[in-house]
Amino acid sequence: MSDIVEKTLTALPGLFLQNQSTGGPGAAKASFSSRLGGLVRGITALTSKHEEEKLIQQELNNLKATVSAPTTTLKMMKECMVRLIYCEMLGYDASFGYIHAIKLAQQGNLLEKRVGYLAVSLFLHENHELLLLLVNTVVKDLQSTNLVEVCMALTIVSQIFPREMIPAVLPLIEDKLQHSKEIIRRKAVLALYKFHVIAPNQVQHIHIKFRKALCDRDVGVMAASLHIYLKMIKENSSAYKDLTGSFVTILKQVVGGKLPVDFNYHSVPAPWLQIQLLRILGLLGKDDQRTSELMYDVLDESLRRAELNHNVTYAILFECVHTVYSIYPKSELLEKAAKCIGKFVLSPKINLKYLGLKALTYVIQQDPTLALQHQMTIIECLDHPDPIIKRETLELLYRITNAQNITVIVQKMLEYLHQSKEEYIIVNLVGKIAELAEKYPLFGPQVIQYLYVLVLNTVDTYAPDNAWFIQTMNAVFSVGGDVMHPDIPNNFLRLLAEGFDDETENQQLRLYAVQSYLTLLDVENVFYPQRFLQVMSWVLGEYAYLLGKETPEEVITKLYRLLMSDSISSETKAWLIAAVTKLTPQAHSSNIVERLIQEFTTSLDTCLRQHAFELKHLNENVEFMKSLLPVDKSCEDMVLLKARGLALTFEDNDDIALALKNLMEMKPFRIQSVDSSLSFLDGFVAEELSQGAAPYKPHHQRQEEKLSQEKVLNFEPYGLSFSSSGFTGRQSPAGISLGSDVSGNSTETGLKETNSLKLEGIKKLWGKEGYLPKKGSKTGDETEAPPVPQETMIMENVDQTMTKKDQSQVPTQSKEEKEKQLLASSLFVGLGSESTVNLLGKVDTVSHKFRRKSKVKETKSGETTSTHNMTCSSFSSSSNMAYEEDYYLDNFQDRGDKELKKISLNSELLDSESLSELPLVEKLSNCRLSAPSLFADNMEVFHPPQSTAASVASEISLTSSLLEETTEHMHSDPTEVCNNETISVSSYKIWKDDCLLMVWSLSNKSGLELKNANLEIAPVEYFKLQDTAIVISGNMLIALPLKISTEDFGKLWLSFANDVKQNLKMSESQAALPSTLKTLQQELRLHVVDIIGS
Amino acid sequence: MIKAILIFNNHGKPRLSKFYQPYVSTPPPPIRSEDTQQQIIRETFHLVSKRDENVCNFLEGGLLIGGSDNKLIYRHYATLYFVFCVDSSESELGILDLIQVFVETLDKCFENVCELDLIFHVDKVHNILAEMVMGGMVLETNMNEIVTQIDAQNKLEKSEAGLAGAPARAVSAVKNMNLPEIPRNINIGDISIKVPNLPSFK
Repeated sequence: MSDIVEKTLTALPGLFLQNQSTGGPGAAKASFSSRLGGLVRGITALTSKHEEEKLIQQELNNLKATVSAPTTTLKMMKECMVRLIYCEMLGYDASFGYIHAIKLAQQGNLLEKRVGYLAVSLFLHENHELLLLLVNTVVKDLQSTNLVEVCMALTIVSQIFPREMIPAVLPLIEDKLQHSKEIIRRKAVLALYKFHVIAPNQVQHIHIKFRKALCDRDVGVMAASLHIYLKMIKENSSAYKDLTGSFVTILKQVVGGKLPVDFNYHSVPAPWLQIQLLRILGLLGKDDQRTSELMYDVLDESLRRAELNHNVTYAILFECVHTVYSIYPKSELLEKAAKCIGKFVLSPKINLKYLGLKALTYVIQQDPTLALQHQMTIIECLDHPDPIIKRETLELLYRITNAQNITVIVQKMLEYLHQSKEEYIIVNLVGKIAELAEKYPLFGPQVIQYLYVLVLNTVDTYAPDNAWFIQTMNAVFSVGGDVMHPDIPNNFLRLLAEGFDDETENQQLRLYAVQSYLTLLDVENVFYPQRFLQVMSWVLGEYAYLLGKETPEEVITKLYRLLMSDSISSETKAWLIAAVTKLTPQAHSSNIVERLIQEFTTSLDTCLRQHAFELKHLNENVEFMKSLLPVDKSCEDMVLLKARGLALTFEDNDDIALALKNLMEMKPFRIQSVDSSLSFLDGFVAEELSQGAAPYKPHHQRQEEKLSQEKVLNFEPYGLSFSSSGFTGRQSPAGISLGSDVSGNSTETGLKETNSLKLEGIKKLWGKEGYLPKKGSKTGDETEAPPVPQETMIMENVDQTMTKKDQSQVPTQSKEEKEKQLLASSLFVGLGSESTVNLLGKVDTVSHKFRRKSKVKETKSGETTSTHNMTCSSFSSSSNMAYEEDYYLDNFQDRGDKELKKISLNSELLDSESLSELPLVEKLSNCRLSAPSLFADNMEVFHPPQSTAASVASEISLTSSLLEETTEHMHSDPTEVCNNETISVSSYKIWKDDCLLMVWSLSNKSGLELKNANLEIAPVEYFKLQDTAIVISGNMLIALPLKISTEDFGKLWLSFANDVKQNLKMSESQAALPSTLKTLQQELRLHVVDIIGS
Repeated sequence: MIKAILIFNNHGKPRLSKFYQPYVSTPPPPIRSEDTQQQIIRETFHLVSKRDENVCNFLEGGLLIGGSDNKLIYRHYATLYFVFCVDSSESELGILDLIQVFVETLDKCFENVCELDLIFHVDKVHNILAEMVMGGMVLETNMNEIVTQIDAQNKLEKSEAGLAGAPARAVSAVKNMNLPEIPRNINIGDISIKVPNLPSFK
């Protein structure tokens, strides 16, 4: 009671003052608004920022005086607060008024209280210390019987409230859930939502009350509770599956117009409510068929009802589509949803177009054909004047990138990059490009260089966080690796060592790099390019100390493991040993170091041996080593390294010690200035030389010598990815063909040889952009009108087929053709049974293909739709650039390719017992003899040599009955597929450089005239009968070309080659999406672009 | 969730800013969030103002606003830009219509709202907003409902203030005594209490 009296007393002088000075509240109001008005007018009249500052500062000073004056009434305080709010909004500091805002909220009447609360909510942030002073007021107001006060208190709680004080108000707010007024209940629910967000464990016990809120008789309260459910379901959908029925019922009623008309917005019933419910359903039905089935009806209804042409109906439609694609698929709904997406994409309204693209981006993985349908629009959108639309389109393209279209897509991205000036977008896009580059290692050195410059520019200009920089650089190194210019890693290391302006920032960058590399090294069965490993080892050696005291041993262990790995070149090993040397002084125990010394002091590689000896000597004298290898002295260290390189030329170990000692003495000098020519060592060198030491040889020279020594013995593996562990690395196709040819020689020389050998043939087809078609026009087109070439290419294919037809009739082939053929066979190597010679040397490749074959078979068996989808999507999406009519063709080619693979592999590996051929063959054996209506008009007639017409029974004659054409191509031996007394069917294959011909030869043994033949092929969609040859003259040949051209095969092959299979171990605790994603990110280096709908 | 609501005029002068999520740097140095907020306003204006009229109303947020998850959804009315910064859990078109509702409500409350109304009645605008969006969550989307709420509150406040200028202090002092028996004017019965036709579902 006493404080009330006190308050009243303090208020009294103000009252008098107010009455005296203004004579009434009306006047006060006028004076206030005029004062604020004056301020506003004053500010608007000003021209410079400086003047504005002055004016506001003046105003703030006035306000400061007023608010702290004891005579100021609450009413005046309220006015002051409004002006303070205005000043704060303009960005000026009004912190002196914060405490007064809290006071006002505490003491004022309703109107003043409201302003006080408002000021508090605008001024303070969640961790502000003054906020604690508000708690009492809030508690008091929550207990008030005045609804407005309760409302205000609930509002402030949901806006800003100290986490640790939640228990103080929680019971009060819980009580409010039973309040008779719906508005209070509703606000209470939202306040609880706030608590759920900031401190979920504190509201766990009231989940049952949320359910009550969901069942509230008032729609508003129920709608408010949906916020909570959306959040909770997003976090853990499985716990709320039982509510699906309720949500569906609610949505049904809403859609059915059962709500009061008040809830209609533009005659759409409660659109926001519908949106919320659809989102919840989408989350609940994800990957859950049973739950999804519950919602099919209502979704269908929603899709049907949303006909009105208002903005908000589209909002509902969009959510609906999103939900339909999120939940367990139902084809009917998908169809309708696809139609809706069409509506969006084709809409002239730009907002809808944007959303259409967004929807496409979302569904593209599930249904790539949809993108094909809208490809024209997508292409238009690429050149849309609105950069946001463009960006969304790029996002869409990013999702459908594959080996074939990557060049075009990256080019588009780069174009966009040049136009864009927004930091966020640039940073994002550069990262994406680097990722793509990593995923599809087709880039030549120039592109890598360009990418590197791009990354550095981005860092310079925008300084995105360390994580971005290191990860993007990791991507660049992984992809560029061995093709990149050696300057790039060197520059990067220098950048790390020299750092930017801020030292702590530098340390963080280095620390991040160290951590990131350690994680990368932990990944098993992944092979990084040598240069990348070198970068890693340098950074680890230099900066592992940043991790703390305990870790050097661990790092050394990792480096040692790497050293023992077979896939490491000796140059990289030298880097690794250097890193270990640097780390040794920091480590406590050095078992591993000892082991390493033992291992490498006997190494045949002189360079490594010397490194090891050096380490050994240093290791014997720890103190000396510590002073010699101080931490974080990398810049000086460079001199040291060079000097050491010099010292290494002296074979005698004493000399090394001497050299190092000399260097030690020169340390002060080194710190002053870095003398890169090391002139200060000249005297020393001269002395040593005069004593008979070997002259210094530059590093590369030594390397060469080393290599020449090594020619006999090879310590290297035969190609990175072909170790027996299986095909796990990311390899360029070149790598495959190279690796397969490396036999016994030293890898490096071996590689060189194969390189030069292969280049003659390959140069024309494989360029830095990836695959180059034979007709040079493609590259030209690509730069001008990127979407078109895909189409022209396919057209070309058709052309080529046509020409081929001509050629087959005129079997004279130019020399060029022969060359092509050679090339084709070198590309198709391993596909024909003729290539046994090649096969000998490449068991790995075959086994790898063999594995893939089984995968294809799996796909075929149709049990795993998902795999099927995946394979299909990777293929058919490739043709996104092509126009719709080409889709069929493309799709066919994909399938054809699979078939082709199977057949050829079978013929390779399983002899003639071709399993996958059987269904075909069986059908064939039933071939009913009827009119060849199936065949197209452009039949081709092959006339087999007359001599063979008579003798048809024996296989020998069949061989001779091969088409003339076949003699010029690789072909398999004909095998009899089936026969009966009248006819026999045999088949063989012809590999032409642009297609595979399946030839079935039908022999009539009876001597009766065959009137007609009907060919039925079981999975019809796998084949397209383009040109078939039928000869009815006692002997019948049916040639079924599997139309696949070199180009297509090259590409398909490429996409296969990049197919990476990796088993990821995920513990069950990692079930949550974020952790799964994180694992995926780390393991597969996937990039999470956007998590839609969860 | 709605992260922030910003209104500024064609020259980038802020007319209203409301942040539902604090944009502060890490706790140790209690840096005022204000500076970040000002930066956000500036950046947002920069982004929005250079957009043409015939482009879409959605924008990818900059780094300040919180990366790719967040979006700016804006509408341009005469001299004012209304910008809502939202995360991915909000529907773009839904928010676009919410802005419309907000503006229409303002128009109803101020009778032909103009920029000056927003300047001189900042508190009122905030009150209206508070009835629509609470703690970043959409609370009410029915315009009439919002207007009714606001009117009811105004009436109540006026009636309380109208008890006279001077005794107001005494009233508030009495109010501070926690005496629930005292009958209070709790008549905000104009709020239409709707009884929806939803059967109770369990």
